[in-house]
Amino acid sequence: MSLIAVVDYGMGNLRSVSKAIEHVAKNSDRVIVSSNPADINNADHVVFPGQGAARDCMHELQARKLDAVVLKAAAEKPFLGICMGMQILLTHSEENQGVECLDLYPGNVRRFKDNMHDSEDLKLKVPHMGWNRVRWTQEHRLLENIAQDSRFYFVHSYFAEPSDSSLIAARSDYGIDFACALAKDNVMAVQFHPEKSAADGLQLLKNFCHWNGQP
Amino acid sequence: MSLAKRIIPCLDVANGRVVKGVQFVDIRDAGDPVEVARRYDAEGADEITFLDITATSDDRDTIIHVVEQVAEQVFIPLTVGGGVRSVDDVRRLLNAGADKVAINSAAIFRPEFVKEAADKVGSQCIVVAIDAKRVSAEGEANKWEIFTHGGRKPTGIDAVEWAIKMVAFGAGEILLTSMDRDGTKIGFDLDLTRAITDAVNVPVIASGGVGNLDHLAEGVIKGHADAVLAASIFHFAEYSVGEAKQHMASCGIEVRL
Repeated sequence: MSLIAVVDYGMGNLRSVSKAIEHVAKNSDRVIVSSNPADINNADHVVFPGQGAARDCMHELQARKLDAVVLKAAAEKPFLGICMGMQILLTHSEENQGVECLDLYPGNVRRFKDNMHDSEDLKLKVPHMGWNRVRWTQEHRLLENIAQDSRFYFVHSYFAEPSDSSLIAARSDYGIDFACALAKDNVMAVQFHPEKSAADGLQLLKNFCHWNGQP
Repeated sequence: MSLAKRIIPCLDVANGRVVKGVQFVDIRDAGDPVEVARRYDAEGADEITFLDITATSDDRDTIIHVVEQVAEQVFIPLTVGGGVRSVDDVRRLLNAGADKVAINSAAIFRPEFVKEAADKVGSQCIVVAIDAKRVSAEGEANKWEIFTHGGRKPTGIDAVEWAIKMVAFGAGEILLTSMDRDGTKIGFDLDLTRAITDAVNVPVIASGGVGNLDHLAEGVIKGHADAVLAASIFHFAEYSVGEAKQHMASCGIEVRL
């Protein structure tokens, strides 16, 4: 049995994340949504979601003294960052006139430009909202039974730009070619929402529940 | 370009059941919302929208339970609208499992509500629903106005200006319904759809008037919509969502298959 903790720091609804994980976890697994550092320290797998603005996310994490707990989990055990839970792993976000983030990975989070157009000269709207293709650039155990270029659900206006491009595990295209997944050792972080990405999203979550943290 | 255009089946829900009224009369029972949502998910729907048309506020909690049940079994984005009047309403729906909440008349009565809601939960969760009706006569320059009360009451607000204002106030998406076309099955008001879509920098969902699969494709190609919404053609199994996607793909539109 494995204890899977979803980190609750007051940013957005975590019910969808926990229900999706429960849907694919083994019967013997236990899924908890918690803001208690002890729960996260005790967990075997940690999911770090997040929604909303970067400044609020950092503020709420720090107010609950969860920033160090999250970094500790990312150093030790299978760890999945989702959406803002990916972005704030970097050094700095340009959202809210600039926010210092967790700095696990050197790099910046930048906004999509407002005047992007596609090949047919139609406007590319911001947020980037909907189902886009994900092109995996690394082999990874979390990709078992997920086809290259399959679509995942995105909703975001900012994207991660790590200084070390070897961290990039997948890319997607929206006006620019941007990093939509980062992976290193026991950490996978994705910009899209696996919990809202139908069968492929559930498969990724299932693979995560079974993952021992080896890349 | 690789972002897919979305197809969104819409469920009108009253007292916990899916219903579909034709021109607001002859409300036909179309089933259990959880079952219908599961079917759409299995057919490949990109998202599902629930509009709560429960008349009395006593029964408002019913939609919360519906959303909770659906969110436990359907793992695609869910939008919920109808009678959303306060930040507390927004929060309760999101906590029940909605990903986005659609605000309609409450935005007209007090536009700042949209700003407050977006500040609290983020623009990505806030959809502003716009019910518009053409008010220009034939031969005149196109003009549409916002209507309330199911299209009966004019507000004097210009639809394009309203859309721009709502985006400035924090709307992350616009759900645009032509009240002239709603329920007619003769196709979207494409001029309206294009006017709004080209005026704002957030995604626009076209709604109102879909009677066949060509209408869906036109909404994207001629109306420039980012997503297309339909209710009745899917409810009574005239077409499946899968057929709709195949048709759009055959028209050269990028969809998730």
